[in-house]
Amino acid sequence: MRLLLLPLLWGLLTAVAPTVLITDLSQGRIDINTRFKGADLLVFGAIQYPAGAVPDTPADIAIVVRGPVAPITVREKQRVAGIWINTDSVRFESVPGFYAVATTRPIEELADDRTTAIYEIGVRNLQLSPVSTAPAAEIGRFEAGLIKVKREAGLFAEAPGAVVVTRNVLYRARIVIPAAVPVGDYAAEIHLIRKGRVIASSTTPIVIGKSGFERWIYVMAQEQSLVYGIAAVVAALAAGGIASAVTRRQ
Amino acid sequence: MDIYLPIAEMSVNAAVIILLGGVVGFLSGMFGVGGGFLTTPLLIFYGIPPVIAVASSASQITGASVSGALAYWRRGQVDLKMGGVLVVGGVAGAGIGQIIFRALQKLGQIDVAINIIYVVFLGVVGALMLREALAERRTARQVAAGAAKPARLRRHVPLIAGLPGRTRFYKSGLYISPLGPLLLGALVGMFTAIMGIGGGFIMVPAMIYLLGMSASAVVGTSLFQIIFVTAATTLLHATSSKSVDIVLALLLLAGGVAGAQFGVRAAQRMQAERLRLALALLVLAVAAGLLFGLTVRPQSLFTLYTP
Repeated sequence: MRLLLLPLLWGLLTAVAPTVLITDLSQGRIDINTRFKGADLLVFGAIQYPAGAVPDTPADIAIVVRGPVAPITVREKQRVAGIWINTDSVRFESVPGFYAVATTRPIEELADDRTTAIYEIGVRNLQLSPVSTAPAAEIGRFEAGLIKVKREAGLFAEAPGAVVVTRNVLYRARIVIPAAVPVGDYAAEIHLIRKGRVIASSTTPIVIGKSGFERWIYVMAQEQSLVYGIAAVVAALAAGGIASAVTRRQ
Repeated sequence: MDIYLPIAEMSVNAAVIILLGGVVGFLSGMFGVGGGFLTTPLLIFYGIPPVIAVASSASQITGASVSGALAYWRRGQVDLKMGGVLVVGGVAGAGIGQIIFRALQKLGQIDVAINIIYVVFLGVVGALMLREALAERRTARQVAAGAAKPARLRRHVPLIAGLPGRTRFYKSGLYISPLGPLLLGALVGMFTAIMGIGGGFIMVPAMIYLLGMSASAVVGTSLFQIIFVTAATTLLHATSSKSVDIVLALLLLAGGVAGAQFGVRAAQRMQAERLRLALALLVLAVAAGLLFGLTVRPQSLFTLYTP
């Protein structure tokens, strides 16, 4: 009985062998050094169809690059006695430090709202986990504010039409990483969408970290803050002393 | 040339920062003030987070005050005893200022608070300086017209000098209670921690008019005090708010040192009373600029804070 089942199972498996996404990145690690002005990350790869049967109808690809999640407090300024000061605030528990999505077509055309929400495709679909007792409309206003600020800083981005698919097999997209990007563990998620359904996904890790002098300074400031403080004072005194000596000679 | 600031976590144009330091250095060389009250607002205008602007400006002032303090030291114009008392008060004040700073930071009001404190503070100081400068001009005209030079009313404020525990400060030519300078130091130290200023432009008039110090020791002792208090402030910010960006401070210093040289030369070609008038107007202009900034509807009503 079992012997009979095995080939049957095998047959089933090969018949519905999943489509696989193979992904690579121009760089798996982005170093932030003194000259860092932001970077262009090239995400590229191939779609491997079962038995090499490339369909004739084009598929859609969504490429999401996201950074480490952290809580953020959003404060709203209001006019009080003629000046603008912070008043109300809403805390969001899980805000990605960076989120960029590149797609073959506008997100609404890729799939229904449910699917894009589940896969967090699109800035509007991020689950930011607000913590507040305020009414939903109020929270929505803060969420929109958060997204606007992040978008203006280049830390949230949507690029419909930025994914290029060649011969229905090869895909690539360029993701712009701004200079103000937070450090940490990132991931590039690629979703293959056909007829409104995600049929394959892949995840590739990326590390964005400070390197060399920048890293050294940052680590010192965080972990050896007293030593860093003393070093900062000594450096300032030395710079002042040298300047004094130079100008006296002139 | 763009350079990435490791603590501010942003890329800035190094030339702009050096130029900014240079302009402040020029003005400080010209007017004989530290210029911290200009550095912090200008850095904020440029887009540096206020917390980092304040902390880094403090460490920049440490470096900028060294050459001046050394020059006065060589001429024997630093009253060590008076300086010591001011430093003790100043460090304590900086500690209090740091606590206030952290509390405001937690409330999420630090940015607005720094701006408001600057407006009030610069407004008051600028108005006083303007009144002083105008009165001086008037007297100078009257003297030129043949009037008798008015005698100075009193050397110091008896209420402050007469506090308990009077002691002698030789170089300052004073026999007063150390409590007065101690409190003055504490007040200025508090401003150093909250505003990222050296406080020379409050310290110097206070030393002359409130303590009655002899003019020769005033500037040297003030600079001496500034070095220690800004150094302590740097340490406090480095350990508690972790917001000292040494790269930013050194860039400002590089420009500041060069600018100061030109400033000193420019000042030699100007009359002292005109300089004081110009400084008063500059201080008021910065205050007005910041006030205007507070009343204009911000581009984005929402700001993000990482707790």
